[in-house]
Amino acid sequence: MTQQIVTASRLADGRVLFRAPEGWSTDIHDALVFTPEEAAAAVTRAQGEPTRVVGAYAVDVDDAGLPLLGRERIRVFGPTVAPYAAQLEA
Amino acid sequence: MYQYDTFDHQLLADRVAEFSDQVDRRLTGALTEDQFRPLRLMNGLYLEMHAYMLRVAIPYGVLSSRQLRGLAAVARTWDKGYGHFTTRQNIQFNWPRLTDVPAILQALADVEMHAIQTSGACIRNVTIDPFAGVAGDEIADPRPWAEIIRQWSTLHPEFTFLPRKFKIAISGAIEDRAAVRFHDIGLRVIRNDAGDLGFRVWVGGGLGRTPRVARELRPFLPAAQILGYLEAALRVYNLHGRRDNKYKARIKILVDEIGIDAYRDQVEAEWHAAGGPALVVPEAEIARVADFFAVPDYVTLPDATVELARWRGADSGFDAWMGTNILTHRAPGYAAVTVSLKPVGGIPGDITADQMDAMADLADRYSLGELRATKEQNLVLPNVRQDQLHALWSALRSLGLETANKGRVTDIISCPGQDYCSLANARSIPMAQEISRRFADRRRLDTLGPITLNVSGCINACGHHHVGNIGLLGVDKRGAEAYQLVLGGDAGEADSSIAQITGRAMTAEEAVDAVEVTAAVYLDRRQDAETFIQTFRRIGVTPFKEAIDAAR
Ligand code: SF4
Repeated sequence: MTQQIVTASRLADGRVLFRAPEGWSTDIHDALVFTPEEAAAAVTRAQGEPTRVVGAYAVDVDDAGLPLLGRERIRVFGPTVAPYAAQLEA
Repeated sequence: MYQYDTFDHQLLADRVAEFSDQVDRRLTGALTEDQFRPLRLMNGLYLEMHAYMLRVAIPYGVLSSRQLRGLAAVARTWDKGYGHFTTRQNIQFNWPRLTDVPAILQALADVEMHAIQTSGACIRNVTIDPFAGVAGDEIADPRPWAEIIRQWSTLHPEFTFLPRKFKIAISGAIEDRAAVRFHDIGLRVIRNDAGDLGFRVWVGGGLGRTPRVARELRPFLPAAQILGYLEAALRVYNLHGRRDNKYKARIKILVDEIGIDAYRDQVEAEWHAAGGPALVVPEAEIARVADFFAVPDYVTLPDATVELARWRGADSGFDAWMGTNILTHRAPGYAAVTVSLKPVGGIPGDITADQMDAMADLADRYSLGELRATKEQNLVLPNVRQDQLHALWSALRSLGLETANKGRVTDIISCPGQDYCSLANARSIPMAQEISRRFADRRRLDTLGPITLNVSGCINACGHHHVGNIGLLGVDKRGAEAYQLVLGGDAGEADSSIAQITGRAMTAEEAVDAVEVTAAVYLDRRQDAETFIQTFRRIGVTPFKEAIDAAR
């Protein structure tokens, strides 16, 4: 059965957000897992918060609640390449 | 360098105030996202996968040390301490907050920089040869013309809503280092038989989904007539360009559809109707702008042949760097130095705030305070005394910026790909990093000689894979990353060519292996001192295809 989470970008700083029980969270572990119908409704509701979030959409997840697609995983965990700054420190 | 006048300063002050107000209105909800998006894009602000991204224009790639310090301050204060030089001689910051952008734009304005027209369907930052004004093979300096075009195109009311973005490049030297035949309009500085300065005008080149080598619009246009002629060329495009389909909206498609002759006829008619050859940039204005780019006061020096030979003999690292990263300078005793932003396993084009500050100091100490950003995502110190090259190299080494690989297979050009970019199909940077590690060995680099290698994360081709001798294109294979290997591209005017597909898309690992196979086929088949691209042209794509297939 398809399970989904709902994600969006925070308007003020563009950071990745997930729909959580209490509003939105930057932590994937807080993300609510929805059925596709519930997720679609949550995406629609997000349009009612235009000064908070931008571009909400639903993402398919596995049983651990992590996105199936590589692109969405990168969005969750950040760039897979350490910025050059971090390499220098390493 | 060009210095802002009161008009330029006022324009930026007005723009910062305007955008601050727009951001405020967006945050309070007075503007919807649909209303705000085009406004932020006009100021170079994108919303990417993890955050906003701000693209700052470096006009035709020319930077003062003061400006580079300004960019370092932006990276340190409002970003994560680094920036990324792009293939269009610009710089991108990957993590700015929307709420900080007005302050960032103000800080940029303080050092005579901005992000206007780095996005959107308008005339973008003009790109030129990064060695403009100093290259030994230069016919005439393209910088004054780039500046004249910059002033004309900035907020040009007629060309603010074109069918699509519009890119102009100018090359002023014998060797085309600006890829003039892969731009919407490419200008190549030439002199006619009478010795008059002018441009050979190319139109309809480009990469992306539909790569095209530009066609000749005019064999010679007197230089002073450039703005009137560009205006006519853009007007015809603006009238006919396909606004209904963004994949067909670039000028290359218009030229394809109506043909170069019909397009030329319309441009000439439009130009003559508006005044034709009588429409010139006034001589006094050309002279005024050219003055900003006057030849600096070089010290009269002999070439430092003896010292250089001694240092090269004593130090193999310095010797390797001299072998790849130095370009002959027009002034005796000087050299133009490429500072590679491609350390082994690094992220092409990335630079930390500390390195930016240090490079600014080195520019002050060794290069008359000036730097250039290149479309290969490196930096150039254009005016270095040969007798100071060893001291400069030692300083670069302490910063980790002494990589000796300009024009070598590890001088990889790469777009940000799926690590940052919303549009990507696949990651680009890890591919660049892995190839860079595989080919890191000095002897291997030298054996392979000049090769360009370009990686794009999707068909938009920001990594210019179509013009790489070796190109990798990220594609989506049922939700998984895959890469197509293309071979035989060349960005230079004389031998412009679009790379050919070698076969099916591969996994990342297979693709890196295929690059190795490609290198092996070249070494096996090359004759005499043939470069990679020369061998490719002689034997074609088939031997490479076969070897790659056999290895899979
Ligand atoms: S080529 Fe594609 S993935 Fe790379 S930066 Fe451009 S749009 Fe993004």
